[in-house]
Amino acid sequence: MDLKVDVKKNYGAFSLDMNFVIHGDRVGLFGPSGSGKSSLVGLISGLREPENGMIILDDETLFNSGNGVDMPSEHRRIGMVFQRPHLFPHLSVKGNLLYGFKRCSPDGRRITPDSVTEVLQLNHLLERGIRNLSGGEQQRVAIGRAVLSNPRLLIMDEPLSALDDRLKFQIIPFLRGVCDTFKIPYLFISHSLLEMRVMADQTLVIADGRIVDQTTTENLARGLMGESDAGYINLIRVRRSRRLDGLCAYKWGRQELLISSQNDQAEGLFELSSREIILFKRHPEAISARNLLECRVADIFEAGQRIGVEMDCGGERLIAEVVKEAANELSIRKGGEIFAAIKASAFRRLA
Amino acid sequence: MLNFTSYDYSAILLSLKVALTATLISLPFGFATAYLMTFKRFKARIILDIIVNLPLTLPPVVIGFLLLILLGRQGPIGNILFRMGIQIIFTWKAAVIATAVVGFPLMVRSIRTGMETIDKTLIDASRTLGAGRFDTIISIIAPLSLKGIIAGSLLMFARALGEFGATVIVAGNIPGVTQTIPLAIYEYTSSPGGDAMALMLCIISIVISVAVLVFHEWLAGRMERTD
Repeated sequence: MDLKVDVKKNYGAFSLDMNFVIHGDRVGLFGPSGSGKSSLVGLISGLREPENGMIILDDETLFNSGNGVDMPSEHRRIGMVFQRPHLFPHLSVKGNLLYGFKRCSPDGRRITPDSVTEVLQLNHLLERGIRNLSGGEQQRVAIGRAVLSNPRLLIMDEPLSALDDRLKFQIIPFLRGVCDTFKIPYLFISHSLLEMRVMADQTLVIADGRIVDQTTTENLARGLMGESDAGYINLIRVRRSRRLDGLCAYKWGRQELLISSQNDQAEGLFELSSREIILFKRHPEAISARNLLECRVADIFEAGQRIGVEMDCGGERLIAEVVKEAANELSIRKGGEIFAAIKASAFRRLA
Repeated sequence: MLNFTSYDYSAILLSLKVALTATLISLPFGFATAYLMTFKRFKARIILDIIVNLPLTLPPVVIGFLLLILLGRQGPIGNILFRMGIQIIFTWKAAVIATAVVGFPLMVRSIRTGMETIDKTLIDASRTLGAGRFDTIISIIAPLSLKGIIAGSLLMFARALGEFGATVIVAGNIPGVTQTIPLAIYEYTSSPGGDAMALMLCIISIVISVAVLVFHEWLAGRMERTD
C-alpha cells in the first residue's frame, strides 16, 4: 500500500489537519479517543468529505479538492471493519458475507467465499441468522464480509476494543490470518499499544487531529515504556512441553520457561511487563523466581527516567527496564552477559 | 344489512378502492419524503417538514377547499388537466387525492420512525462494500424500515376510510360515483328515518377498521418472530 494524505476538515471546536505519506502493508493509526483517528478513516474511505486536500492510494486519486475529484465510497474498494460488527440484521450470515462480493466486478473477485469461510471457520454458521451468533462469531462474519468485497485496502477501526481480552486474542489470529492469506494491506486503528504491537509494523501517532509521529511500532512501544505504568510489554509466544508441580513448562527459543498456567493449550501467547524482570550481574546461587535466563545485552535505550535493556535470551528477544543507578551498578553494556529472573506468576496469558 | 341498497354497496366498495389507491400512490412519495427528512441535511428541510405535516393540523375542509382551487377548471392544475381532457373534481379520483393529502403526514411519520431506528453505520458499511446510494436504499434502508412502511400504510389506509371533510368538497357526495361510507352515513343521518342504515354503515366501518388493526398486529407479531 502506498497512501498519501493531505487533508483538512473543521468540526467546530475540533479540526483535522493531516499530512503524511506511508508505504507498507501493516500500518497502525495510534492515538487516544477523540484524537481524530476515526475522522481520518472516514475521509480515506469516502464516507465523509474533507474541506480541502487530497488523498492518493496506490497512485490513484481518491480525492482532490484542486481538480474536483471525489471518488464515491462504493468505488474506492476500501473495506471497513468497525468497532462493532454492524452486520445487516435482515440478512443471514451468508447474505452478509456475500453482500460486498456480489457488488464486486467479476474480474476483481480474487478472494472467494469458500476460501474466506474456511480461514474464518464460518462454514457451519452460513445459514444462521446473525442474532444467533456469539460476539466473536459476529465479528468474524464482519471481517469476512469486508474481505469478500475484495478490497485493495482494509481499514479496521478499533475492531477489538469492544471485545474482552479473551475474545480479543481469539479474533486477532483471524484478522492477521485473513490479511496474510489474501495479501490485503491494512490500516489498523486503535488506542491500545498492545493491539498495535500485535497488528502493525509501522505506526502513525495521532493527537488533536494532527500526526505527531511516524515510526515503527517497536520504537513507539520503547518510547512509551517510561510513561506507561505497565512498562514495555514483552509478547512471548511459546509451545508447551510438559507440566510439573502446578506449573507449565513452555519451550521458548533454546530454553524453557516455567509459567503458572491452568490452560492446557499446546501453544500460548503471554505478556510480560519489562518491570517484572529482575537483572543480575552474576548468577545468583538460589532464587525464588522459577525462571533464570542467561542473556546477552543486545541494546540499551533511554525512555524517560528509565533505561531499557534489550536482551538476547537463547535466540529470543526480551526487554527489561531498570533505573539509571541500577544500570550503572550492573555495568550494563552492549554485548555483556546478564541474568534475568522472572517469577512464574509474572506472565499473563493473552491467547 | 340485507336492506343495503346498491348505492350502499358501492359506497363500501368505493371507500375501499379510494383508501387502497390513495395508500398505494402515496407509498413511493411517502418513502422518498421520509428518506429525505431522515438521512439528508438541506436548508429547505424545515420547509418540507412544515408542508408535509400541515394537513395534520389544518381542518380537512380547508385542504378540500385548497384542492378545489388548485384542481378546479379555473385552477392552475385543473385548467391544464381540463385541456388535456382530464376531469378530476367530482370524480372518485378527487376523493383519492383528498384522502392521499390528508393521510400523507401519518404515512411519512411512521416510515420516518422506522428509518430513524436504522443504525447509520449499516449504511456506511453498505457503501464501503460497494453499494451505491440507490442500491443502499433498496437493499438496506427499505427492508430495515419495513415495519414503519407497513404501519404507515395501514394507518393511512384506516385514515383514508374515514376521510370526510376534504372529500366532500372536492369529490362531492354523489351516490354510486363519489359517495364513500362516511358520506353515505352523513346522508342517512340527514334524512328522516335513516338512523338504522347509518348505524349499519357505522358497523361496517368498525368491522373494516378492526380488521385493519388486527391485520397490523398479526403482521407486526409475525415480523417480530422472524427477526
